[in-house]
Amino acid sequence: MKKPHENKPHEEHEKRSIRVEAMTRVEGEGGLEIEVREGRLEKVHLRIFEPPRFFEALLRGRPLEEVPDITARICGICPVAYQMSAVHALEKALGVTVPPELRRLRRLLYCGEWIESHVLHVHMLHLPDFLGFDGVLEMAKVRPEWVQRGLRLRKIGNELLERLGGRAIHPINVAVGGFYRAPRSDELVPLVADFEEGLQLAIESTRQIAQLDFPSFNQPYDWVALVHPEEYPFNEGRIETSDQLAIDPTEFEHHFAEIQVPHSTALHAIRTATGKPYLVGPLARINHARHLLRPTARRLADEIGLETPCTNPYRTILARSLEVVHAIEEGLEILKTYQPPRTSRIAYTPHESHGCAATEAPRGLLYHRYALDDVGKITAASIIPPTSQNQAQIEADLKALIPSLLGLPDEQLATRCEQLVRCYDPCISCSTHFLRVHIRHQ
Amino acid sequence: MPAKLRLGVFKFASCDGCQLSLLSLEDDLLQLAEKIEVVYFLEATSRIESGPYDLALVEGSITTAADAERILQVRRDSRLLMTIGACATAGGIQSLRNWAHHEDYLRAVYARPDYIQSLATSTPIAAHVRVDFELRGCPVNRWQLLEVLSSLLRGHRPQTPTHSVCLECKRRGTVCVMVAAGTPCLGPITQAGCGALCPAYDRACYGCFGPCGQTNARGWSDYLSSQGTPPLVMIQALRSFSADAAEFRSEGDRLETLSKDTAREEATRE
Repeated sequence: MKKPHENKPHEEHEKRSIRVEAMTRVEGEGGLEIEVREGRLEKVHLRIFEPPRFFEALLRGRPLEEVPDITARICGICPVAYQMSAVHALEKALGVTVPPELRRLRRLLYCGEWIESHVLHVHMLHLPDFLGFDGVLEMAKVRPEWVQRGLRLRKIGNELLERLGGRAIHPINVAVGGFYRAPRSDELVPLVADFEEGLQLAIESTRQIAQLDFPSFNQPYDWVALVHPEEYPFNEGRIETSDQLAIDPTEFEHHFAEIQVPHSTALHAIRTATGKPYLVGPLARINHARHLLRPTARRLADEIGLETPCTNPYRTILARSLEVVHAIEEGLEILKTYQPPRTSRIAYTPHESHGCAATEAPRGLLYHRYALDDVGKITAASIIPPTSQNQAQIEADLKALIPSLLGLPDEQLATRCEQLVRCYDPCISCSTHFLRVHIRHQ
Repeated sequence: MPAKLRLGVFKFASCDGCQLSLLSLEDDLLQLAEKIEVVYFLEATSRIESGPYDLALVEGSITTAADAERILQVRRDSRLLMTIGACATAGGIQSLRNWAHHEDYLRAVYARPDYIQSLATSTPIAAHVRVDFELRGCPVNRWQLLEVLSSLLRGHRPQTPTHSVCLECKRRGTVCVMVAAGTPCLGPITQAGCGALCPAYDRACYGCFGPCGQTNARGWSDYLSSQGTPPLVMIQALRSFSADAAEFRSEGDRLETLSKDTAREEATRE
């Protein structure tokens, strides 16, 4: 089978090629290619061999009602994000606005996914790097308390998704216009005790994670996230950059683009104004909206001394942990006051139209655009997931990091690069289906 | 104590959700880890060992020439091979390309289709290699996954029910969405396993677990036709997350041929 690191012997002119055939503890399948000649870094490619699945093409001709169910299948880790961006984009096309009580239920569902997805990454995929293990199962033998806490927290997120969404992976309850059925009080209220316990666990683990050693490595990021005047961003807001650009999501495609660069067959996401890559995800969100974290999460951010703007990718695990605290705290508030809404779904009449929306997936901004015909069938779809937006930034980070690592043997250098990539919680399953990735002809 | 069972988890074209179900076993995961040695599971661990494996769990469908080769190697390396989920057992949602013009699909998604290496079809694992056991679902039910793994550990052949979703609705006391609300529901011809989730949330089953045992797909579409359901609605219901499952595929194709014939007859009559 595949070997993780295949090191070719050093060739003449001191050419060094390092390949990570298969990156581990990331979602989906990708690798890294690094080339160094005479002590200088020549090439860094995040290589993606995840096969394309053509969602934008297969959606054409399908009824709009199926879009949240179909796009959920893009990613088993963050299906709710796809469902949320899909329903908001379609509701824009249909001219539907959901009432506040349904909007709150949608925020609650997103809380469940942030908890589930972030805890998976922080506790099961990322912490092994900091604590020196191959993975969560190896870590469980030596540090069972860390793993037990992660499993418990993840279960809390999953239980919310199951009760509100029907199931944790590919929930079945999200509809254009609202929900197929609003949960009864007796379905949601029992979660209050779990969330209270979860909040303490999340605070405790964030404090411990803050004590870990973080490499000092700062990057000149342009951080991009949804920004809402009153709430930490989930489903609504303007898209803002670190240099004060603030646009409506309808303008997204004017300001952000994917371009082809001369040295690579991969298209890179850039700001059209600067021609440079940008950063989406937890660090981008907390840099914009730290003051909008719920009070406990906000105080915890102060207590652990998270500096914002934070430009150290290794500290993203702190932003992610704080967002878990936030999601549990906000979820708890919604659960405590939950009353079933009078109606679970707003009716609509399809007409020829188009609409777009962006929401904050656990990994960052997720943009959807759809066009509909007069009977509500999809005529065009465009989906831009967070990992494809981060890809150019990941490569830029690697270019900045590698020169300081050239003294290391190949395998250690590769491991350090993989660790940097992992900070992004990249979801390659998501990115490849749209991203114009380079799958090279040999 | 006997040696631990060596487990490999392999991904092909898929969303990662079914292998995630393994990590979602929570407390049972740690107990399982006492009996199973996970030696290849890219999503979960940096420990990577080559075969042979006692058991390979395979997620995803075959959509590239390279993957068609890779699955042969996984089969050679594995004593038992079990597919997990609708992509691996029935082609998944990506098998909608099997009815489309592949070039159009490429051009619709990629600016430079020439960079993309992809087959014109998405096919289940069993179309390429011998499969010892198939676990259905989009996603799989994690308790069924646990049950199957426990059976294999005990050396038993796993058993999962093959009856239809209807039976689960009755057991759950859910009002039938087809009879009461006239909603076209795939439940009567879909295998149980989800706990009849969708009807319990006031919507029709959309077929995540593929065709049930002794599927009467023809009876299903005859009934819906008699209720005035348009052929396209039935065809699209059948061509979804288990599109390449034989019983769904053949009934969808039959309906399509039929509606084309009808359209042609009407055209000649005019």
